[in-house]
Amino acid sequence: MIYEQTLDLLYAIGAILVMLMIFLSMIRALAGPTAPDRIVAINIITTYTMIIITLISRIYEQVYFLDIAMVYALMGFITTIGVAKYLEKGALD
Amino acid sequence: MATIGLLRLPDVYNRLHATTKCDTLGAGLVLLSLALQSEAAVAIRLALLIIFILITNPTAAHVIARSAYVIGIQPLIDRGETDD
Repeated sequence: MIYEQTLDLLYAIGAILVMLMIFLSMIRALAGPTAPDRIVAINIITTYTMIIITLISRIYEQVYFLDIAMVYALMGFITTIGVAKYLEKGALD
Repeated sequence: MATIGLLRLPDVYNRLHATTKCDTLGAGLVLLSLALQSEAAVAIRLALLIIFILITNPTAAHVIARSAYVIGIQPLIDRGETDD
């Protein structure tokens, strides 16, 4: 019992640390000198958010949050590909 | 670690170099540690997430680097700022 509580506390601390990393990455997303800097920062933020969703699904014992994390990773990948292609060609077709 | 590289390094390509490997392997190891201590149905979904990250994250980094090269951002070594 005390083992489970300690493990949940450690997961919560890890999620809070990843959240601080998200705020630090947001500095680069706001202040990046070029557009690919912002895309890199948003790609990293997407991966961090997926890790946070997975940790929350472990803490609250909700299995369905993993599906949400999978869909979120897919959306982040499509966002990165779309913005990079728009930068490269000037259009999305 | 990936965020420190993202904040401190001077170029797009250096930032990609710092973030891609740290981010992919860090997320993969966090998900692996969660998969090892849960039951089978959860572990299968986490393994799918790990495989998905290992496929898509280097692809995204490659696409970002190619778009940065196409729109004309030169790497640092072409600006003559090496330290020798």
